[in-house]
Amino acid sequence: MIDASDKLIEIRDLNYSRGARSIFRGLNITIRRGEVTAVMGPSGTGKTTLLRLITRQLLPDSGVILVDGVDISTLNQSELYQLRQRFGMLFQNGALLTDVSVFENVAFPLREHTRLSNRLIRHIVLTKLHAVGLRGAADMMPGELSGGMARRVALARAMVMDPDIIIYDEPFVGLDPISMGVIVRLVRQMNDALGISSILVSHDVEEISTVSDRSYLLSDGKVAASGSPKELSQATSSLVRQFMHGMADGPVAFHFAAPDYETQLLGRDSE
Amino acid sequence: MITLVREIYDTLVEFVRTFGAFILFFGQLLAHSPSTLFKRFGLVVGQVHNSGTLSLVIILVCGLFVGAVLGLQGYSNLARFNAEDTVGTFAAFALIKELGPVITALLFAGRAGTALASEIGLMKATDQLSAMEMMAVNPVRRVVVPRFLGACIAMPLLTAIFSAIGLFGAHLVGVSLLGVDVGAFWQQMQQTISLKDVEEGIVKSILFGGAASLIAVWEGYNCFPTAEGVGRATTRTVVITAIVVLILDFMITARYL
Repeated sequence: MIDASDKLIEIRDLNYSRGARSIFRGLNITIRRGEVTAVMGPSGTGKTTLLRLITRQLLPDSGVILVDGVDISTLNQSELYQLRQRFGMLFQNGALLTDVSVFENVAFPLREHTRLSNRLIRHIVLTKLHAVGLRGAADMMPGELSGGMARRVALARAMVMDPDIIIYDEPFVGLDPISMGVIVRLVRQMNDALGISSILVSHDVEEISTVSDRSYLLSDGKVAASGSPKELSQATSSLVRQFMHGMADGPVAFHFAAPDYETQLLGRDSE
Repeated sequence: MITLVREIYDTLVEFVRTFGAFILFFGQLLAHSPSTLFKRFGLVVGQVHNSGTLSLVIILVCGLFVGAVLGLQGYSNLARFNAEDTVGTFAAFALIKELGPVITALLFAGRAGTALASEIGLMKATDQLSAMEMMAVNPVRRVVVPRFLGACIAMPLLTAIFSAIGLFGAHLVGVSLLGVDVGAFWQQMQQTISLKDVEEGIVKSILFGGAASLIAVWEGYNCFPTAEGVGRATTRTVVITAIVVLILDFMITARYL
Protein backbone atom coordinates (compact mmCIF):
# COMPACT_ATOMS: atom_id res chain seq x y z
CA MET A 1 0.00 0.00 0.00
CA ILE A 2 1.28 3.44 -0.91
CA ASP A 3 1.38 6.13 1.74
CA ALA A 4 -0.96 9.00 0.75
CA SER A 5 1.82 11.57 0.94
CA ASP A 6 3.78 9.58 -1.60
CA LYS A 7 1.06 9.99 -4.19
CA LEU A 8 1.74 13.04 -6.28
CA ILE A 9 -0.82 12.51 -8.98
CA GLU A 10 -3.65 10.07 -8.84
CA ILE A 11 -5.93 9.30 -11.75
CA ARG A 12 -9.12 7.42 -10.91
CA ASP A 13 -11.62 5.86 -13.32
CA LEU A 14 -10.79 8.31 -16.06
CA ASN A 15 -13.03 8.29 -19.13
CA TYR A 16 -12.38 10.45 -22.11
CA SER A 17 -13.59 10.33 -25.67
CA ARG A 18 -13.02 12.51 -28.67
CA GLY A 19 -16.07 12.57 -30.89
CA ALA A 20 -17.35 9.05 -31.20
CA ARG A 21 -13.94 7.54 -30.47
CA SER A 22 -13.38 6.49 -26.88
CA ILE A 23 -9.77 7.06 -25.80
CA PHE A 24 -9.75 6.20 -22.09
CA ARG A 25 -12.12 3.76 -20.42
CA GLY A 26 -11.61 3.57 -16.68
CA LEU A 27 -7.95 4.51 -16.53
CA ASN A 28 -6.21 4.29 -13.14
CA ILE A 29 -2.67 5.59 -12.68
CA THR A 30 -0.72 6.69 -9.62
CA ILE A 31 2.38 8.80 -9.94
CA ARG A 32 4.66 8.78 -6.94
CA ARG A 33 6.75 11.62 -5.63
CA GLY A 34 10.40 11.59 -6.54
CA GLU A 35 10.13 8.94 -9.22
CA VAL A 36 10.45 8.89 -12.97
CA THR A 37 7.17 7.46 -14.20
CA ALA A 38 6.88 6.38 -17.79
CA VAL A 39 3.64 6.05 -19.73
CA MET A 40 4.09 3.80 -22.72
CA GLY A 41 1.83 2.50 -25.39
CA PRO A 42 1.45 2.06 -29.14
CA SER A 43 0.87 5.20 -31.20
CA GLY A 44 -2.68 6.46 -30.97
CA THR A 45 -3.40 5.18 -27.47
CA GLY A 46 -3.77 8.73 -26.20
CA LYS A 47 -0.49 9.19 -24.36
CA THR A 48 -0.25 12.87 -25.23
CA THR A 49 -3.95 13.25 -24.48
CA LEU A 50 -3.26 11.91 -21.01
CA LEU A 51 -0.65 14.63 -20.43
CA ARG A 52 -3.11 17.26 -21.58
CA LEU A 53 -5.69 15.85 -19.17
CA ILE A 54 -3.23 15.88 -16.26
CA THR A 55 -2.44 19.53 -16.91
CA ARG A 56 -6.10 20.33 -17.59
CA GLN A 57 -5.63 21.51 -21.11
CA LEU A 58 -8.50 19.07 -21.64
CA LEU A 59 -11.30 18.06 -19.29
CA PRO A 60 -12.23 14.40 -18.80
CA ASP A 61 -15.74 13.09 -19.45
CA SER A 62 -15.77 11.46 -16.05
CA GLY A 63 -13.36 10.38 -13.36
CA VAL A 64 -11.03 12.46 -11.21
CA ILE A 65 -7.43 13.59 -11.43
CA LEU A 66 -5.91 14.49 -8.08
CA VAL A 67 -2.70 16.46 -7.80
CA ASP A 68 -1.51 16.45 -4.19
CA GLY A 69 -4.99 15.30 -3.23
CA VAL A 70 -6.73 18.22 -4.96
CA ASP A 71 -9.22 17.50 -7.73
CA ILE A 72 -7.97 19.69 -10.56
CA SER A 73 -11.36 20.00 -12.20
CA THR A 74 -12.50 22.15 -9.27
CA LEU A 75 -9.81 24.79 -9.73
CA ASN A 76 -10.64 28.20 -11.13
CA GLN A 77 -8.44 29.93 -13.70
CA SER A 78 -6.01 31.55 -11.28
CA GLU A 79 -5.70 28.42 -9.13
CA LEU A 80 -5.09 26.43 -12.28
CA TYR A 81 -2.34 28.83 -13.35
CA GLN A 82 -0.81 28.52 -9.88
CA LEU A 83 -0.84 24.76 -10.25
CA ARG A 84 0.70 24.96 -13.69
CA GLN A 85 3.59 26.95 -12.32
CA ARG A 86 4.48 23.79 -10.42
CA PHE A 87 4.63 21.89 -13.70
CA GLY A 88 7.34 22.14 -16.30
CA MET A 89 6.38 20.66 -19.61
CA LEU A 90 8.60 19.62 -22.46
CA PHE A 91 6.68 19.46 -25.72
CA GLN A 92 7.45 17.00 -28.47
CA ASN A 93 9.14 19.52 -30.75
CA GLY A 94 10.24 21.86 -27.98
CA ALA A 95 7.59 24.49 -28.76
CA LEU A 96 10.13 27.27 -28.39
CA LEU A 97 8.91 30.76 -29.20
CA THR A 98 10.31 31.27 -32.67
CA ASP A 99 10.51 35.06 -32.64
CA VAL A 100 12.90 35.46 -29.69
CA SER A 101 16.37 34.13 -28.87
CA VAL A 102 17.23 31.04 -26.84
CA PHE A 103 18.03 33.27 -23.86
CA GLU A 104 14.67 35.06 -24.04
CA ASN A 105 12.87 31.74 -24.41
CA VAL A 106 14.30 30.49 -21.15
CA ALA A 107 13.76 33.88 -19.52
CA PHE A 108 10.13 34.03 -20.69
CA PRO A 109 8.45 32.47 -17.60
CA LEU A 110 10.60 34.60 -15.30
CA ARG A 111 9.70 37.80 -17.11
CA GLU A 112 6.00 36.90 -17.09
CA HIS A 113 5.71 35.75 -13.49
CA THR A 114 8.38 37.51 -11.47
CA ARG A 115 9.74 40.99 -11.00
CA LEU A 116 13.36 39.91 -10.77
CA SER A 117 16.05 42.29 -11.90
CA ASN A 118 17.63 41.79 -15.30
CA ARG A 119 20.88 40.79 -13.64
CA LEU A 120 19.24 38.06 -11.62
CA ILE A 121 17.26 36.79 -14.61
CA ARG A 122 20.48 36.63 -16.61
CA HIS A 123 22.09 34.70 -13.80
CA ILE A 124 19.27 32.15 -13.53
CA VAL A 125 18.90 31.68 -17.28
CA LEU A 126 22.62 31.11 -17.80
CA THR A 127 22.69 28.60 -14.95
CA LYS A 128 19.82 26.62 -16.45
CA LEU A 129 21.34 26.75 -19.93
CA HIS A 130 24.63 25.59 -18.47
CA ALA A 131 22.87 22.63 -16.87
CA VAL A 132 21.73 21.44 -20.30
CA GLY A 133 25.10 22.30 -21.83
CA LEU A 134 23.89 25.13 -24.04
CA ARG A 135 25.17 28.26 -22.31
CA GLY A 136 27.07 29.00 -25.50
CA ALA A 137 23.89 29.00 -27.58
CA ALA A 138 22.15 31.71 -25.54
CA ASP A 139 22.16 34.25 -28.36
CA MET A 140 21.06 31.88 -31.10
CA MET A 141 17.54 31.87 -32.53
CA PRO A 142 15.40 28.71 -32.17
CA GLY A 143 15.45 28.22 -35.94
CA GLU A 144 19.22 27.76 -35.87
CA LEU A 145 19.11 24.88 -33.38
CA SER A 146 19.16 21.17 -34.16
CA GLY A 147 16.29 19.03 -32.90
CA GLY A 148 18.23 17.77 -29.90
CA MET A 149 19.44 21.24 -28.97
CA ALA A 150 15.93 22.67 -29.24
CA ARG A 151 14.69 20.02 -26.86
CA ARG A 152 17.46 20.79 -24.39
CA VAL A 153 16.60 24.50 -24.51
CA ALA A 154 12.96 23.58 -23.92
CA LEU A 155 14.09 21.51 -20.94
CA ALA A 156 16.00 24.50 -19.56
CA ARG A 157 12.86 26.58 -20.00
CA ALA A 158 10.72 23.92 -18.31
CA MET A 159 13.08 24.00 -15.32
CA VAL A 160 13.50 27.73 -15.01
CA MET A 161 10.65 28.23 -12.53
CA ASP A 162 11.98 25.32 -10.41
CA PRO A 163 8.90 23.11 -10.86
CA ASP A 164 7.98 20.11 -8.71
CA ILE A 165 7.01 18.02 -11.69
CA ILE A 166 8.49 17.87 -15.16
CA ILE A 167 6.41 16.34 -17.92
CA TYR A 168 8.10 15.04 -21.03
CA ASP A 169 6.07 14.41 -24.17
CA GLU A 170 7.95 11.97 -26.40
CA PRO A 171 11.39 13.36 -25.52
CA PHE A 172 13.29 10.77 -27.55
CA VAL A 173 11.50 10.96 -30.89
CA GLY A 174 13.62 11.84 -33.90
CA LEU A 175 16.94 12.24 -32.11
CA ASP A 176 20.30 10.83 -33.12
CA PRO A 177 21.80 8.33 -30.66
CA ILE A 178 24.11 10.90 -29.06
CA SER A 179 21.39 13.50 -28.45
CA MET A 180 19.16 10.70 -27.21
CA GLY A 181 21.80 9.64 -24.69
CA VAL A 182 22.14 13.24 -23.55
CA ILE A 183 18.42 13.62 -22.99
CA VAL A 184 18.15 10.27 -21.18
CA ARG A 185 20.94 11.32 -18.85
CA LEU A 186 19.42 14.76 -18.28
CA VAL A 187 16.00 13.34 -17.41
CA ARG A 188 17.50 11.14 -14.72
CA GLN A 189 19.90 13.80 -13.45
CA MET A 190 17.26 16.52 -13.17
CA ASN A 191 14.92 14.19 -11.34
CA ASP A 192 17.47 13.10 -8.75
CA ALA A 193 19.51 16.27 -8.35
CA LEU A 194 16.53 18.59 -8.00
CA GLY A 195 14.35 16.17 -6.03
CA ILE A 196 11.45 16.51 -8.43
CA SER A 197 9.13 14.00 -10.05
CA SER A 198 9.03 13.26 -13.74
CA ILE A 199 6.37 11.92 -16.04
CA LEU A 200 7.53 10.60 -19.34
CA VAL A 201 5.47 9.65 -22.33
CA SER A 202 7.23 7.58 -24.92
CA HIS A 203 7.30 4.38 -26.89
CA ASP A 204 11.05 3.95 -26.92
CA VAL A 205 11.14 0.86 -24.78
CA GLU A 206 14.91 0.70 -24.41
CA GLU A 207 15.40 4.30 -23.29
CA ILE A 208 12.45 4.05 -20.93
CA SER A 209 13.97 0.99 -19.32
CA THR A 210 17.19 2.79 -18.51
CA VAL A 211 15.54 5.91 -17.13
CA SER A 212 12.24 5.08 -15.46
CA ASP A 213 11.43 3.76 -12.00
CA ARG A 214 7.95 2.65 -12.93
CA SER A 215 6.14 2.25 -16.20
CA TYR A 216 2.54 2.02 -17.25
CA LEU A 217 1.68 0.36 -20.52
CA LEU A 218 -1.55 1.66 -22.00
CA SER A 219 -3.73 -0.26 -24.36
CA ASP A 220 -7.37 0.02 -25.27
CA GLY A 221 -7.97 2.95 -22.95
CA LYS A 222 -6.76 1.13 -19.86
CA VAL A 223 -3.53 0.23 -18.14
CA ALA A 224 -2.52 -3.09 -19.63
CA ALA A 225 0.48 -3.58 -17.37
CA SER A 226 2.56 -1.66 -14.87
CA GLY A 227 5.68 -2.12 -12.83
CA SER A 228 9.42 -1.57 -12.96
CA PRO A 229 11.11 -1.95 -16.35
CA LYS A 230 12.41 -5.33 -15.27
CA GLU A 231 9.01 -6.60 -14.28
CA LEU A 232 7.57 -5.47 -17.58
CA SER A 233 10.22 -7.11 -19.69
CA GLN A 234 9.57 -10.41 -17.91
CA ALA A 235 5.81 -10.18 -18.16
CA THR A 236 4.02 -13.07 -19.76
CA SER A 237 1.02 -11.22 -21.19
CA SER A 238 1.15 -11.43 -24.96
CA LEU A 239 0.39 -7.74 -25.42
CA VAL A 240 3.19 -6.65 -23.10
CA ARG A 241 5.57 -9.02 -24.82
CA GLN A 242 4.62 -7.76 -28.23
CA PHE A 243 5.20 -4.16 -27.21
CA MET A 244 8.35 -4.64 -25.19
CA HIS A 245 9.99 -6.73 -27.85
CA GLY A 246 8.65 -4.88 -30.86
CA MET A 247 6.89 -7.71 -32.66
CA ALA A 248 4.93 -6.74 -35.76
CA ASP A 249 1.87 -8.85 -35.14
CA GLY A 250 0.12 -9.93 -31.97
CA PRO A 251 -2.76 -8.57 -29.91
CA VAL A 252 -2.07 -5.22 -31.60
CA ALA A 253 -2.81 -6.39 -35.10
CA PHE A 254 -0.60 -5.54 -38.05
CA HIS A 255 -3.68 -4.96 -40.18
CA PHE A 256 -5.93 -2.00 -39.54
CA ALA A 257 -9.56 -3.11 -39.32
CA ALA A 258 -10.76 -3.84 -42.86
CA PRO A 259 -13.37 -5.90 -44.66
CA ASP A 260 -12.51 -9.44 -45.64
CA TYR A 261 -9.50 -9.49 -48.00
CA GLU A 262 -10.91 -11.93 -50.50
CA THR A 263 -14.33 -10.34 -50.75
CA GLN A 264 -12.82 -6.90 -51.21
CA LEU A 265 -10.32 -7.97 -53.88
CA LEU A 266 -12.92 -9.85 -55.87
CA GLY A 267 -15.29 -6.92 -55.52
CA ARG A 268 -18.19 -9.04 -54.30
CA ASP A 269 -19.22 -6.50 -51.68
CA SER A 270 -20.14 -3.89 -54.27
CA GLU A 271 -22.86 -6.02 -55.76
CA MET B 1 -33.82 13.47 -47.74
CA ILE B 2 -33.00 12.60 -44.17
CA THR B 3 -29.30 13.00 -44.85
CA LEU B 4 -30.00 16.44 -46.31
CA VAL B 5 -31.90 17.53 -43.22
CA ARG B 6 -29.18 16.05 -41.09
CA GLU B 7 -26.50 17.92 -43.00
CA ILE B 8 -28.32 21.23 -42.76
CA TYR B 9 -28.79 20.64 -39.04
CA ASP B 10 -25.10 19.83 -38.55
CA THR B 11 -24.02 22.90 -40.51
CA LEU B 12 -26.36 25.06 -38.47
CA VAL B 13 -25.08 23.67 -35.16
CA GLU B 14 -21.51 24.15 -36.33
CA PHE B 15 -22.26 27.73 -37.33
CA VAL B 16 -23.88 28.59 -34.01
CA ARG B 17 -21.00 26.98 -32.14
CA THR B 18 -18.37 28.90 -34.12
CA PHE B 19 -20.30 32.11 -33.71
CA GLY B 20 -20.53 31.59 -29.96
CA ALA B 21 -16.81 30.87 -29.76
CA PHE B 22 -16.16 34.01 -31.79
CA ILE B 23 -18.23 36.16 -29.43
CA LEU B 24 -16.44 34.69 -26.41
CA PHE B 25 -13.09 35.33 -28.09
CA PHE B 26 -14.04 38.92 -28.84
CA GLY B 27 -15.17 39.38 -25.25
CA GLN B 28 -11.89 38.02 -23.98
CA LEU B 29 -9.99 40.42 -26.26
CA LEU B 30 -11.96 43.39 -24.99
CA ALA B 31 -11.62 42.29 -21.37
CA HIS B 32 -7.85 42.05 -21.60
CA SER B 33 -7.34 45.13 -23.78
CA PRO B 34 -7.22 47.88 -21.13
CA SER B 35 -4.69 46.11 -18.90
CA THR B 36 -2.51 45.22 -21.89
CA LEU B 37 -2.65 48.79 -23.14
CA PHE B 38 -1.49 50.22 -19.83
CA LYS B 39 0.73 47.54 -18.35
CA ARG B 40 2.30 45.99 -21.45
CA PHE B 41 2.44 49.01 -23.72
CA GLY B 42 5.82 47.90 -25.04
CA LEU B 43 4.25 44.79 -26.58
CA VAL B 44 1.58 46.90 -28.29
CA VAL B 45 4.16 49.32 -29.69
CA GLY B 46 6.09 46.39 -31.14
CA GLN B 47 2.94 45.24 -32.90
CA VAL B 48 2.16 48.73 -34.23
CA HIS B 49 5.58 48.46 -35.82
CA ASN B 50 4.81 44.99 -37.21
CA SER B 51 1.43 45.87 -38.66
CA GLY B 52 1.97 49.54 -39.39
CA THR B 53 5.56 50.40 -40.16
CA LEU B 54 6.08 47.25 -42.17
CA SER B 55 2.99 48.06 -44.28
CA LEU B 56 4.23 51.55 -45.12
CA VAL B 57 5.84 50.72 -48.46
CA ILE B 58 2.74 49.16 -49.98
CA ILE B 59 0.54 51.94 -48.57
CA LEU B 60 2.79 54.72 -49.89
CA VAL B 61 3.19 53.29 -53.38
CA CYS B 62 -0.47 52.36 -53.79
CA GLY B 63 -1.64 55.65 -52.32
CA LEU B 64 0.52 57.64 -54.71
CA PHE B 65 -0.78 55.82 -57.76
CA VAL B 66 -4.41 55.79 -56.69
CA GLY B 67 -4.14 59.57 -56.24
CA ALA B 68 -2.45 59.92 -59.61
CA VAL B 69 -5.19 57.96 -61.34
CA LEU B 70 -7.82 60.10 -59.61
CA GLY B 71 -6.00 63.15 -60.96
CA LEU B 72 -6.07 61.78 -64.50
CA GLN B 73 -9.63 60.53 -64.47
CA GLY B 74 -10.92 63.58 -62.64
CA TYR B 75 -9.21 65.95 -65.02
CA SER B 76 -10.36 64.25 -68.21
CA ASN B 77 -13.97 64.01 -67.03
CA LEU B 78 -14.23 67.40 -65.34
CA ALA B 79 -12.61 69.12 -68.31
CA ARG B 80 -15.70 68.33 -70.37
CA PHE B 81 -17.66 70.68 -68.12
CA ASN B 82 -14.82 73.20 -67.91
CA ALA B 83 -14.53 72.30 -64.25
CA GLU B 84 -10.98 70.95 -64.26
CA ASP B 85 -10.10 73.34 -61.42
CA THR B 86 -12.18 71.19 -59.08
CA VAL B 87 -10.03 68.12 -59.64
CA GLY B 88 -8.48 68.68 -56.21
CA THR B 89 -11.88 68.63 -54.53
CA PHE B 90 -12.87 65.57 -56.52
CA ALA B 91 -9.75 63.65 -55.49
CA ALA B 92 -10.02 64.76 -51.87
CA PHE B 93 -13.64 63.66 -51.58
CA ALA B 94 -12.90 60.30 -53.11
CA LEU B 95 -9.80 59.69 -51.02
CA ILE B 96 -10.88 60.96 -47.63
CA LYS B 97 -14.36 59.48 -47.60
CA GLU B 98 -14.05 56.29 -49.61
CA LEU B 99 -10.88 55.13 -51.26
CA GLY B 100 -8.55 55.96 -48.40
CA PRO B 101 -10.25 53.77 -45.76
CA VAL B 102 -11.42 51.04 -48.13
CA ILE B 103 -8.24 50.48 -50.13
CA THR B 104 -6.08 50.81 -47.03
CA ALA B 105 -8.20 48.18 -45.31
CA LEU B 106 -7.90 45.81 -48.27
CA LEU B 107 -4.15 46.33 -48.57
CA PHE B 108 -3.86 46.01 -44.81
CA ALA B 109 -5.66 42.67 -44.91
CA GLY B 110 -3.27 41.47 -47.58
CA ARG B 111 -0.09 42.66 -45.90
CA ALA B 112 -0.67 42.78 -42.13
CA GLY B 113 -3.78 40.60 -41.74
CA THR B 114 -2.26 37.59 -43.43
CA ALA B 115 0.95 38.08 -41.46
CA LEU B 116 -1.00 38.10 -38.19
CA ALA B 117 -3.13 35.10 -39.09
CA SER B 118 -0.20 32.99 -40.23
CA GLU B 119 1.99 34.02 -37.30
CA ILE B 120 -0.63 33.14 -34.70
CA GLY B 121 -1.63 30.02 -36.65
CA LEU B 122 1.96 28.82 -36.79
CA MET B 123 2.39 29.43 -33.08
CA LYS B 124 -0.65 27.26 -32.54
CA ALA B 125 0.50 24.54 -34.94
CA THR B 126 3.93 24.34 -33.30
CA ASP B 127 2.46 24.11 -29.78
CA GLN B 128 3.82 27.51 -28.79
CA LEU B 129 0.39 28.58 -27.55
CA SER B 130 -0.03 25.35 -25.55
CA ALA B 131 3.46 25.87 -24.14
CA MET B 132 2.39 29.30 -22.92
CA GLU B 133 -0.73 27.81 -21.37
CA MET B 134 1.54 25.37 -19.57
CA MET B 135 3.80 28.16 -18.37
CA ALA B 136 0.68 29.69 -16.83
CA VAL B 137 0.67 32.51 -19.37
CA ASN B 138 -2.63 33.27 -21.06
CA PRO B 139 -1.86 33.15 -24.80
CA VAL B 140 -4.82 35.37 -25.69
CA ARG B 141 -3.48 38.02 -23.37
CA ARG B 142 0.18 37.64 -24.23
CA VAL B 143 0.00 36.96 -27.98
CA VAL B 144 -3.39 37.88 -29.40
CA VAL B 145 -4.36 41.06 -27.57
CA PRO B 146 -1.14 43.03 -28.31
CA ARG B 147 -1.40 42.08 -31.98
CA PHE B 148 -5.06 43.05 -32.12
CA LEU B 149 -4.43 46.41 -30.44
CA GLY B 150 -1.35 47.12 -32.53
CA ALA B 151 -3.28 46.51 -35.73
CA CYS B 152 -6.22 48.59 -34.51
CA ILE B 153 -3.89 51.52 -33.86
CA ALA B 154 -1.95 51.11 -37.09
CA MET B 155 -4.92 51.05 -39.46
CA PRO B 156 -6.23 54.65 -38.98
CA LEU B 157 -2.68 55.97 -39.16
CA LEU B 158 -2.07 54.10 -42.40
CA THR B 159 -5.36 55.45 -43.79
CA ALA B 160 -4.30 59.02 -43.01
CA ILE B 161 -0.97 58.44 -44.74
CA PHE B 162 -2.69 56.82 -47.72
CA SER B 163 -5.06 59.76 -48.17
CA ALA B 164 -2.28 62.33 -47.78
CA ILE B 165 0.05 60.68 -50.25
CA GLY B 166 -2.93 60.17 -52.59
CA LEU B 167 -3.64 63.92 -52.57
CA PHE B 168 0.01 64.48 -53.34
CA GLY B 169 -0.31 62.08 -56.29
CA ALA B 170 -3.38 63.93 -57.56
CA HIS B 171 -1.45 67.18 -57.19
CA LEU B 172 1.46 65.75 -59.18
CA VAL B 173 -0.76 64.76 -62.08
CA GLY B 174 -3.34 67.55 -61.91
CA VAL B 175 -1.11 70.53 -61.20
CA SER B 176 2.40 69.59 -62.29
CA LEU B 177 1.49 67.51 -65.31
CA LEU B 178 -1.85 68.81 -66.63
CA GLY B 179 -1.49 72.39 -65.52
CA VAL B 180 -4.42 72.98 -63.15
CA ASP B 181 -3.89 76.15 -61.12
CA VAL B 182 -2.24 75.36 -57.75
CA GLY B 183 -4.27 77.93 -55.88
CA ALA B 184 -7.57 76.65 -57.27
CA PHE B 185 -6.59 73.05 -56.61
CA TRP B 186 -5.98 73.50 -52.90
CA GLN B 187 -8.34 76.38 -52.10
CA GLN B 188 -11.43 74.77 -53.56
CA MET B 189 -10.56 71.63 -51.67
CA GLN B 190 -10.31 73.51 -48.40
CA GLN B 191 -13.58 75.29 -48.96
CA THR B 192 -15.61 72.25 -49.92
CA ILE B 193 -14.35 69.51 -47.64
CA SER B 194 -16.03 69.84 -44.25
CA LEU B 195 -15.03 68.42 -40.94
CA LYS B 196 -17.87 65.95 -41.25
CA ASP B 197 -16.30 64.43 -44.37
CA VAL B 198 -13.03 63.94 -42.55
CA GLU B 199 -14.91 62.48 -39.61
CA GLU B 200 -16.57 59.96 -41.91
CA GLY B 201 -13.15 58.87 -43.15
CA ILE B 202 -11.80 58.56 -39.63
CA VAL B 203 -14.80 56.59 -38.38
CA LYS B 204 -14.48 54.25 -41.35
CA SER B 205 -10.78 53.73 -40.85
CA ILE B 206 -11.25 52.91 -37.17
CA LEU B 207 -14.10 50.45 -37.79
CA PHE B 208 -12.37 48.82 -40.78
CA GLY B 209 -9.18 48.54 -38.74
CA GLY B 210 -11.03 46.90 -35.88
CA ALA B 211 -12.78 44.48 -38.23
CA ALA B 212 -9.64 43.60 -40.20
CA SER B 213 -7.59 43.04 -37.03
CA LEU B 214 -10.29 41.01 -35.34
CA ILE B 215 -10.76 38.76 -38.36
CA ALA B 216 -7.01 38.21 -38.74
CA VAL B 217 -6.34 37.26 -35.12
CA TRP B 218 -9.49 35.12 -34.93
CA GLU B 219 -8.63 33.19 -38.07
CA GLY B 220 -5.10 32.61 -36.80
CA TYR B 221 -6.15 31.64 -33.30
CA ASN B 222 -8.99 29.43 -34.47
CA CYS B 223 -7.21 27.72 -37.37
CA PHE B 224 -6.70 24.00 -37.67
CA PRO B 225 -3.19 23.48 -36.24
CA THR B 226 -1.53 22.07 -39.34
CA ALA B 227 0.39 23.59 -42.24
CA GLU B 228 -2.73 23.26 -44.37
CA GLY B 229 -4.89 24.86 -41.71
CA VAL B 230 -2.58 27.87 -41.45
CA GLY B 231 -2.67 28.31 -45.22
CA ARG B 232 -6.43 28.23 -45.24
CA ALA B 233 -6.59 30.71 -42.36
CA THR B 234 -4.55 33.30 -44.28
CA THR B 235 -6.74 32.94 -47.36
CA ARG B 236 -9.89 33.24 -45.32
CA THR B 237 -8.51 36.34 -43.61
CA VAL B 238 -8.25 38.21 -46.91
CA VAL B 239 -11.57 37.00 -48.27
CA ILE B 240 -13.61 37.65 -45.14
CA THR B 241 -11.99 41.02 -44.49
CA ALA B 242 -12.75 42.17 -48.05
CA ILE B 243 -16.40 41.17 -47.74
CA VAL B 244 -16.89 42.61 -44.27
CA VAL B 245 -15.14 45.88 -45.08
CA LEU B 246 -17.19 46.53 -48.20
CA ILE B 247 -20.47 45.75 -46.43
CA LEU B 248 -19.49 47.97 -43.50
CA ASP B 249 -18.53 50.68 -45.95
CA PHE B 250 -21.98 50.65 -47.47
CA MET B 251 -23.63 50.84 -44.05
CA ILE B 252 -21.47 53.67 -42.77
CA THR B 253 -21.81 55.65 -45.97
CA ALA B 254 -25.59 55.35 -45.79
CA ARG B 255 -25.48 56.55 -42.20
CA TYR B 256 -23.50 59.69 -43.14
CA LEU B 257 -25.68 60.82 -46.05
